[in-house]
Amino acid sequence: MKISLNNLKEKLNCTCLSGENRLDRIADGAYVSDLLSDVMGKAQPGMLWVTSQVHKNIVAVASLKELSAIIVVNERKVDREVLEQAESEEIVILASGKPTFETAGELYRIIRQ
Amino acid sequence: MTIEYHIKGGDFSAAGSASSEVKKTLKQFNISPFLLRRVAIALYEAEMNVVAHACKGLMSVDIRPSCICVVVEDEGPGIEDIEKAMEEGFSTATDEVRQMGFGAGMGLPNIRKNSDGMKLTSTPGTGTRLEFTVNI
Repeated sequence: MKISLNNLKEKLNCTCLSGENRLDRIADGAYVSDLLSDVMGKAQPGMLWVTSQVHKNIVAVASLKELSAIIVVNERKVDREVLEQAESEEIVILASGKPTFETAGELYRIIRQ
Repeated sequence: MTIEYHIKGGDFSAAGSASSEVKKTLKQFNISPFLLRRVAIALYEAEMNVVAHACKGLMSVDIRPSCICVVVEDEGPGIEDIEKAMEEGFSTATDEVRQMGFGAGMGLPNIRKNSDGMKLTSTPGTGTRLEFTVNI
């Protein structure tokens, strides 16, 4: 279930929006949810977080839960302010061009290999 | 040692900053990562409740040798039915707040799960007081 963000970025064909110099981080599993309290309650440290939320609070959640990266789906645009916050909190944000279902499906296949 | 943070109701852009600051401070106290995460989750949920529901609030974090005691007091609408508010899935959050992914009705249950003692009191129309403890 473990994979480096660099490897994942390539296999999932993601672009890196923040934390480019932290792609050597290892991701351990993933959690898919757009409910912040759900992520706060259930995600485990080191996990990837797949979401369509793009507001500033995703950075706080990822930081407090010590998640390895946020994968924003559907080519959603993330404001510069959010990316700056992510850089300062050392949070990696990856962008997937596909919807949640496809992103999660591919991710599942990749990290199970 | 007690740290205090003011929380502004409705200010989602700064939300989470009080919890992050406390987490950073606690990191210096040689507290285990597991405990640190429990405290951070409970703090964040308490902070978000003030941001989503109240006008303003004060978060006091008391770091003692045996536990971390947190009191969050707010001025706001208060809670009509505390038992109901503690139920997983129950929320009075507005649609706008829900669209941001808050208001799932998991905040208070998350605080209960991540603390070793929790006390919630409220005067409807005036405000709410939440106390919780995490043993070290």
